[in-house]
This record gives sequence, structure tokens and C-alpha cells, in this order.
Amino acid sequence: MLSKRIIPCLDVREGRTTKGIKFKDNVDIGDPVDMARLYYEAGADEIVFYDITASYEKRDIMLDVVQQVAETIFIPFSVGGGIRTVADMRNVLLAGAEKVSVNSAAVNNPAIIAQGAKAFGNQCIVLGMDAKFIGQSKEIPSGYEIFINGGRTPMKMDALQWALEAQKLGAGEICLNSIDADGTKEGYELNLTKLISDNVNIPVIASGGAGTPEHLRDVLTVARADAALIASMVHYGTYTIAEIKSYLASSGVKIRRTG
Amino acid sequence: MIAIIDYDAGNLTSVQRAVSHLGIECMVTKEQAEIEAAERIIFPGVGAAGAAMQSLRRYGLDRALKEALAIGKPVLGICIGSQIILTHSEENDTPCLDFLNGTVRSFSPDNRTEDGQKLKIPHMGWNGLDVKQPHPLLSGVSASDEFYFVHSYYPEPQNPDSVIAVTNYGITFASIVGFNNLFATQFHLEKSGPPGLKILDNFCTWQP
Repeated sequence: MLSKRIIPCLDVREGRTTKGIKFKDNVDIGDPVDMARLYYEAGADEIVFYDITASYEKRDIMLDVVQQVAETIFIPFSVGGGIRTVADMRNVLLAGAEKVSVNSAAVNNPAIIAQGAKAFGNQCIVLGMDAKFIGQSKEIPSGYEIFINGGRTPMKMDALQWALEAQKLGAGEICLNSIDADGTKEGYELNLTKLISDNVNIPVIASGGAGTPEHLRDVLTVARADAALIASMVHYGTYTIAEIKSYLASSGVKIRRTG
Repeated sequence: MIAIIDYDAGNLTSVQRAVSHLGIECMVTKEQAEIEAAERIIFPGVGAAGAAMQSLRRYGLDRALKEALAIGKPVLGICIGSQIILTHSEENDTPCLDFLNGTVRSFSPDNRTEDGQKLKIPHMGWNGLDVKQPHPLLSGVSASDEFYFVHSYYPEPQNPDSVIAVTNYGITFASIVGFNNLFATQFHLEKSGPPGLKILDNFCTWQP
């Protein structure tokens, strides 16, 4: 039986890992290659990197990071942030990532999903989505609206409709971030996660709001996510991956045990 | 020297990095002379069956692989390398290499997981093995070890003797197939952490 995945997420700016709250106030928390190795050894099932480097000129730093990570850890990892073209995708995949994730670029140009899937296979293309609850309306039937540019720009697009369209275009996975829950440590947005996960046929990674192992249990069972993204709860040493996994196993969630 | 067969499929560098990490010499190649000279062959890849078969034939690698198998050289297939060794694939109705009698089938979204949820496709993530035949390449692998899978199709050999291990995802499918000097895993050894590296390491000294 397939295990639920626990995925630490590292935000990388100019080659250093940072952590912000609601996309703001980033502080330096370490070297991404070292952190990836520690999480690999600690039993992470996968790792997600987001390049939040603001300046386009400094983006090549990320390719060096990706290459070093690929030589250090032997589990899958994905890279998102600033990927706008198939050439950007190719660079990241050749540097050693398994998957690339597109967010704002896919909203602005949905064809990039189909182009990427055709060039590298659906399994390589992750759709990153930032959604916020604004209430149901004719325009937004699910009540969840898509935002881009790090959660700043509302797009008048319905989150569920966008997820279904991206799946049709060839996305192999969805990484679903709740803007409302992000950085709160009060738990994942269960309604949003369940809505998307129940309605698509591709795996869904839940993101935003993880503070305790109970939050992961809820999103992986009640909300039926296939994987859970975690950040500050492990970055600051509040919990280890082993502690989280051992709690989940004792709660009846199928997870991969290591060591 | 280990030759990693290059047929324009993705993911070759990951396999190369993993083998190099183990301290073993390897090269990524599509040159028949280099493949003939290599002691062992790894046949990896992600992508579609049709495109893979087309590239293999274009470079004459189908013959090179067949010859390697015939003379008893150890061959390790990974992912699509565990599929297109069969007779035929349902993926775009593709005739395959036919080293092993059988068909490559697709997962059906109509199947359900053990807890009654609909099956998401691809089968993506970590899953275990139920070993049907002890094999030297599985030495040091424990019953609780899990491996990383990403695939929408799976191999279904005709002869149960060529099924080395099975895995459950809605249905039970062959996750390791092989015979004599051929061993092929549907999962990605190069992305399965220490147990995956262990099998790769075992392959590098395997004397079938």
C-alpha cells in the first residue's frame, strides 16, 4: 500500500534557506544543501525547494544548489519559483531535480503545463496553487480564489476549476497552498484540501499551516491529501521527522519508516 | 565499467550520480562498442514506451541489449526499463523488446485503494515489496523497506517464475521482474534512499 509522504519545504533566496510568515519577513535559517542532507537522513520522503530569489540575474545560484543537492540526497526533490519557460524547466531537471513546479507562470500561460508535460512527462510537472477563501460567488463557485505573485495578486479564478484544467493540460501533481493557513501553525485548510483532492485524479500535496503532528494526521486522513508539506515545525527543531512519522504511524496513517 | 544506456530518455544523470556515489565507475553511452565492452549494463529511463522503443531501434540499442542478455552479461532495468523488455505495451499499443513474454498494462482509475479511495494515477510515492523469490540483489534489503515509484503502467509477465516481487496499489502488480542475468525494477533505485542504493551496489558485484 502506498505511503503518505512527508515533505519538508525549503524556501531558498540567493542560495540560502529562509522562512517567512504569510510570504513576508524572511529570515536566514541555513544552507539548503546541508538542510536537504539532514532531512534525507532523518527520513523525509521527498524535498521541495522554492527559489524566492528576487533578481533574475541571481537565479543561476539556484542551479548550483540543485546540482549539489542531487549529488547528496537519493530521494526525489522538486524545484519551483521563477520557472517561466520549458528551457527553465529543462535547466532545473538537468541539474538533477525530479520535478519542477509552476505557479504564477502557469496561471499567466497555461500552455506551459502542456509543453512541459510533453517534453518531460506528466510526472515531472507539479502545479503549485495559492488559494484563499473569499466566499462562494458566481465567478468563484468553490469559494476559493487563485492568487499569484506570492499570494499578492487575486486572479478571479476558481481554485477547483483551475486544478481540473491543469490536470487536463498534463500536470502530474498539485501542490496546494492555503494563503489563509500559511505561516499560522494552526493546521492545514482541510476543506480546501479535501475539495481538490476528492475531485482530481492526480496526487495532492497539502501546504500551509502545519504546526503539530495532529495537523498532518488530519490533512492526510480527513482531507485525503496524498502528501503533507512541512516547514517551520521542523526547521526550528520543534519536531523531528521521526517524531512526526511515529505519531502518524500510531494514528493509523500509512507512512514509510526508515532506520 | 558499467554502461548506462542512453536512448534520450530522461533521468539518466540521476542513475549516474547514484552509481558514482557508490564509488563505481560508469558511463552514459549509446555507442555499441562501449556497451559491448562494458562489464554490466543499466537500462533506466522515464518517458513513454513508444518514444523509448523508437530511440532504441534508431541507435541499434535493441540489438545491443539482446546480445548482452544472450551472452550472460548482468543487465539492470529501471522503471521503463522494466516495462519495454516485455512483448507489448498498452501505452499507445507499442510492440516492445520481447525479452520476456508479457504485456505492459495501465492502472485503471476504477480500481480502489485498500481503504476504498479512488486510485490516483500516476502511482507516485513510496511503497513496499512482497518478495516472491529470494534474489541475491535483494540481500540486505529488509521486509519493511519501501521504494520510490512513479508510473502509470506496470509489467505483467506471462510466466509467474519471472516475477521476483510484487507491490499493491489497487491491484497487485509485478514490481521486480527478471530471469538469469536480467533484473528489472519498476521503482527508481536511484531515488529510493539507502535500500535503493543497496540494490544498486549489489548489482555492481552480481555474478549471475
